[in-house]
Amino acid sequence: MPNPCRLMVNGEIWEGLVDPFETLLEVLRERLDLTGAKQGCSQGECGACTVLVDGNPVMACLMLALEAQNTQIETIESLATQELHPLQIAFVEKGAVQCGFCTPGMVLSAKALIDKNPHFQEQDVRAALAGNHCRCTGYTKIIDAVMSLSTGAKHG
Amino acid sequence: MVKPPDDPRTLHYLNERIIPRNQDCHSDKTAFSVVGKTYPKPDAYEKVTGKARYTADLKRPRCLVGKLLRSTHAHARLVRVDVSKALQIPGVFACVSGSDFGELIGIIPWTKDEPVLAKDVVRYIGEPIAAVAATSESVAQQALACIDVHYEPFTAHFSPEQAMVPDAVLIHSQAPGNASKSVDWEFGEVDSAFARSQVEVSGNFHFEATTHAALETHAVLAEMGADGRLCVWSSTQTPYYLHRELATVLGMPAHQIRVIRPHIGGGFGGKSEPFGHEICAAYLAKQTGRPVKFVFSREETFLTHRGRHAMDMDLRIGYLPDEGLVMDYQALLDGGAYSSYGMITTYYAGTLNAGLYRVPHYRWKSQRVFTNKPPAGPKRGHGTVQPRFAIECLVDQLCEKLGRDPIAFRRELALGPNTETVNGLRIGSSGFVTCLEKSADQSGWYQKFRKMPFGHGIGIAGSWYLSGTNYPINPESNPQSNVQIKADRSGLITLFCGAADIGQGSDAMLRHLLAEELGVDPNRCKVESQDSDICPVDLGSYSSRVTLMAGNAAISAARHLKNQILQVIAQDWHSSTKQLMIADDRVFHLDRPEQSMSFVTALNRAESVLGALGSTGSYNSPNRGGLYRGALVGPSPAYSFTVHIAELEVDLNSGQIKMKRIVAAHDCGRAIHPQLVEGQIEGSVYMGMGEALLERYETAKGLISQPNLLEYKMPTILDVGTIESIIVESPDPDGPYGAKEAGEGPLHAAIPAIANAIYDAIGLRLYQTPFEPGQILKALESGHCYKPGLPRELS
Repeated sequence: MPNPCRLMVNGEIWEGLVDPFETLLEVLRERLDLTGAKQGCSQGECGACTVLVDGNPVMACLMLALEAQNTQIETIESLATQELHPLQIAFVEKGAVQCGFCTPGMVLSAKALIDKNPHFQEQDVRAALAGNHCRCTGYTKIIDAVMSLSTGAKHG
Repeated sequence: MVKPPDDPRTLHYLNERIIPRNQDCHSDKTAFSVVGKTYPKPDAYEKVTGKARYTADLKRPRCLVGKLLRSTHAHARLVRVDVSKALQIPGVFACVSGSDFGELIGIIPWTKDEPVLAKDVVRYIGEPIAAVAATSESVAQQALACIDVHYEPFTAHFSPEQAMVPDAVLIHSQAPGNASKSVDWEFGEVDSAFARSQVEVSGNFHFEATTHAALETHAVLAEMGADGRLCVWSSTQTPYYLHRELATVLGMPAHQIRVIRPHIGGGFGGKSEPFGHEICAAYLAKQTGRPVKFVFSREETFLTHRGRHAMDMDLRIGYLPDEGLVMDYQALLDGGAYSSYGMITTYYAGTLNAGLYRVPHYRWKSQRVFTNKPPAGPKRGHGTVQPRFAIECLVDQLCEKLGRDPIAFRRELALGPNTETVNGLRIGSSGFVTCLEKSADQSGWYQKFRKMPFGHGIGIAGSWYLSGTNYPINPESNPQSNVQIKADRSGLITLFCGAADIGQGSDAMLRHLLAEELGVDPNRCKVESQDSDICPVDLGSYSSRVTLMAGNAAISAARHLKNQILQVIAQDWHSSTKQLMIADDRVFHLDRPEQSMSFVTALNRAESVLGALGSTGSYNSPNRGGLYRGALVGPSPAYSFTVHIAELEVDLNSGQIKMKRIVAAHDCGRAIHPQLVEGQIEGSVYMGMGEALLERYETAKGLISQPNLLEYKMPTILDVGTIESIIVESPDPDGPYGAKEAGEGPLHAAIPAIANAIYDAIGLRLYQTPFEPGQILKALESGHCYKPGLPRELS
């Protein structure tokens, strides 16, 4: 039986009927056309579907849409309005983007880190991004990109 | 129709393809304004904002969901596939099975042995049997469950050895002994060379099968237009080959088909041939008149496979102080159920072994065997990663026996520039020795090798790779790459080329070359490469061919356009084109500094005189290679060279390897876009590291054991340590501005460098990938581990 569902996504309210088993990822991609979150495995392993739920990175493929009610959901589409977010600029300029399939999830996992701890070190970046697979870059330039925004990098 | 000979790579074909050498190559420039600089990759903005649309993200009105029914048997006769019940379910618009398709498909024209959907026989668990198009995922699933399939199981073969026993049941009736392809070569005098060799080493190695695991799963969307034209969007590295296969199998004129390659979420070789699901999507779209989209689950992508062949290798190497190495090599390849690229794999595996070092005596025997498992195919470093692993491990043993430093020994053995291997590969430029020196310096090799404490190790390995192969998959006389350029009066220059950017950045590379050759700002240049309706043919992203081939074509076209513009301006200025140049977006007169004009003004002036401005360029490879059977598979216009030095620590309690650092020096000829070259090196190192330490594509009675990313272990950001790339430039006469490949060659050496580092750490030689903690811990517990270079009692 479809249930009524009310989600707050990127500051906008969405209301509709969803099946109890529908994941947040399916609703974002199929109903809201927010396809920045990617489906790479549907098992919470690849991290390509990462979105922020109340500021925390969450695999949208593992969260039911109904569970996500009463939270603030942020997807990659919300990050840049008129200007790119500094993380996005860093990813572009440091060459951290190859095929780009992991990029939205990587950027959001990194955003959760830097929002909470601007003085992060390299080991913090590695810990924060451990749930996001990248098959192209060897992670080197992703680490470079995120580290370029650390205010505490010098003290490392 | 003239039937091609059994093996196309014969003298007969060689004589037919007479192409003047080097006519399409542009390596004559040495000073650059754009090349060598890093500009943001043009697609990065869309990707970093989530706007980039991959195939699964595309939406068409009234789109149906496509789903495949897959075999539950590894080897069986298909007695019956009845789709009639499925067709009665409301919401099911079409359901097809093997009997709907007459043609077999396959990337290699001589080994088309794969049905679009299995007919009469299934040959692996997971092989597609039927396809359905329905209004939703759940209706499609319901329909699949109603398809009545009756199997009559045969004996299935799960290893090459099993498949090769006399009188074994045949997987393909046309392949006696289940032999898929064999290669048998001997160059020089192998036996007598061994008799005079100073030292000899040998070993039996096993390289485990691995798969690509690109983060984007396979996906395809097909739609018939109102005008009767078919449009197919697919996650493919080879849109042109898909285009050809669609025309053949569907019986449609090729000009009625449009193939669009949206953004691709990684390929690594796994998306480089036409697949049954792509044909099914088109067929179902034709049948229903509605768009049909297939998006594979992760498990389905694992089942589709085409990954690295598991290879058993027997290698014996002898050292002849004045000559080099003698090599006797045998390999057994587990091919899985179909040919895929297997014929090429079996050749490639043997081709590159007689190079990198001086190997005047070389024997190679390889055998690819059909088994009832998902088909193996090309993965990054196609066919050559496995044999290089064994060679570099044994070269390390040779050094040990001879008491030589592995770097000095490799330098002495290196086959330099302008040489030819015993099997007829002509090497132009080589920066291998520079790679050795730079990686040794940066890694601190001489302070660390055999000098660190027990458990800590450093190891080195080298490799080389081809930059495209001279002989295209379809032996056409048409060029391997084509480019068209349109110059707009707004000042926008658009380059059209079907080269598939799968994330590696070929669009950015082409834009760089275009801007460099024209002397303009890259930001006024744009590359269109996705749509077969507007882009001329390039054969696709495989065999590391794009930079060299499409790159040379792009320079040709840009040069042609530049000449058109300069001819008009030269006439205006009563001068010759030789006295003019374009740089920094302006046209200059070399002898009259006061005379110059903006590029856009010049463009408009040229258009007013000549009409619409545009140009074309093409590339075809030079005709090189030996005169023996198989000699044309592997010879490349130019070869890249790589050295890796790996540093690691063995956890003495768990046997786990902790990667500390890999320094990788790669000779790419010329780094057109250095940041992208670094990205290719780093990504290759990562992928090699995964194969060395973690990745294992294993089946149990034909069923994949790890059909998900939880159990198929790939390195995370916590596992990779530090990867340091060093770009070495030895411009090659055949490369665009001297450039060679960078996308595959930097992978191979990671695996033997790690093996050799483990030996340096604990004195354990490893012969089997991946180097899992289990086999290391067992050795540690046996008490036989020691620190090489020290007397055993001290270590």
